[in-house]
Amino acid sequence: MLLDVRNVIRMRTFFLASAGSLVLAGAVMVYSAQTPAQAPQTTPNAQSPAATAPQGGAPGQVASPFGAPAQRSGLNIVVLDPAHGGTDPGARGTGGIRESEIVLDLATQVRRALELEGFQVVQTRLGNENPSFDDRSATANAQRGAVFVTLHISSTGLQGTVRVYANSDLPAVTNSNGLIPWDRAQGPFLGLSKKFGDLVQGMLVQRFKGSPNTAQTAAVRQLRTTAAPAIAVEISSIVVEDRSELDRMAPGIADAVARGAAAFKPSYVVPSTPGALP
Amino acid sequence: MTPRWKFWVITGLIFAVVGAAIYFPILRRRVKRAARLQQQSEEQARRELAQPIASNPSDPRVKTKLFWASDAMDSTLTAVVVELPLASDPVLRSKQVLNTLLAGPVDVELRTLPPDAVLLAFYLLPDGTGIADFSEALATSVPSGIASEQMAVDSIARTLEANVPQVQRLRILIHGQEVETLAGHLDLTGAFVVNTKPVPSTKPAVAAPSADKASAMAPATLTREKAPGKLAQPERKR
Repeated sequence: MLLDVRNVIRMRTFFLASAGSLVLAGAVMVYSAQTPAQAPQTTPNAQSPAATAPQGGAPGQVASPFGAPAQRSGLNIVVLDPAHGGTDPGARGTGGIRESEIVLDLATQVRRALELEGFQVVQTRLGNENPSFDDRSATANAQRGAVFVTLHISSTGLQGTVRVYANSDLPAVTNSNGLIPWDRAQGPFLGLSKKFGDLVQGMLVQRFKGSPNTAQTAAVRQLRTTAAPAIAVEISSIVVEDRSELDRMAPGIADAVARGAAAFKPSYVVPSTPGALP
Repeated sequence: MTPRWKFWVITGLIFAVVGAAIYFPILRRRVKRAARLQQQSEEQARRELAQPIASNPSDPRVKTKLFWASDAMDSTLTAVVVELPLASDPVLRSKQVLNTLLAGPVDVELRTLPPDAVLLAFYLLPDGTGIADFSEALATSVPSGIASEQMAVDSIARTLEANVPQVQRLRILIHGQEVETLAGHLDLTGAFVVNTKPVPSTKPAVAAPSADKASAMAPATLTREKAPGKLAQPERKR
């Protein structure tokens, strides 16, 4: 089998043990007619050499459909995942409010707050569609130097509180071939995810009294296949009289996530060797 | 239309509106009551069909810890101690404690599992992995969300941990099938750690034995423990 990967700027390789397959996750370059000199540099980190020099030396300016340039080290990308969508509305509240719609709007506010902190933001969905768990993880796994934040609203819990979850323990990666097993891609990042989660939860508890002081751990399916520091943020709860009660929480959550990511940034150094684990 | 007709039509409409305003709340209450009665009778029928695990009257009555939601702390579990006649066989014992857990606490608000969920089967593998096969209602009726799904699984795991030391890990099936998540969030593809301690050779502490057949399945007095539960950790993902 011959794969043409000339247009792929960030390639990461995973091993899918159950199917005996390799998974190649990559961001695909989109060529523009402009020369590098003509191309506008619109991204916050465009001054980085890595941002304007695509791997592989392909001609012309490149832009990634994920909205982020190639990255060699350091955290500068946040992958935001508004959960559910499409045929899956998620939790449903009184008056027909849907988790999938509220988290999509929340993602917009979180995105703005993150961009103000200098991060580039990639979203797993921008409209009312429902990518699979693996597709959402693939969006994050194609990035280097990224963290992953999935946004949820619970059906239960103390109203007006927010909980952050990191994935619970996964067995250590034992593959000697250097490939990351897709099904346990989160394994090497658990410590970093917990640290990231604690920082965000610490910011949230200052704004939303009654929230836990530290991040919780749970076997969250979405986080397991994500090869990056990854957290789930869950708001309580969809059971509100009026959607505006949840909307009022959005700016505080956006600010807490952005500040948490900024506080986490110095502690996350991405290995410069492709495929290397943190 | 003559002014007289207009008067009668408007008067009639006003009476209709006033009558509706009085009658609709009454109607709504009646519909709600009927729905509640239907739900109760459905649950009753389900429980009768589910055939509770027969307990042997000679089985000793054991202080059994069941983990339901805490009414004091949000999203935590509390152990409630119930005296139940439990079999010594770990599979039968697991079924007995899980069925009692499914039956729910006195306060329905403290439920962790949906009332219409049924334990279809329980298996115990030689390596200590317990496999609990629940009806589809466990997945479809549990409130959607990480916290609520975690509470549901954790109440099962902690109840087994407290009462059946032979169960070291737990896998959950839905209607005989392995499913990716419980209700869209919690990963069910791996096993959850239940008990890391070695299996004790002696039998668990036994309360005063009772041979009273009539009281064998009767609900016992509930005693709340103070310490809230902690969340079980999944051990392995395939």
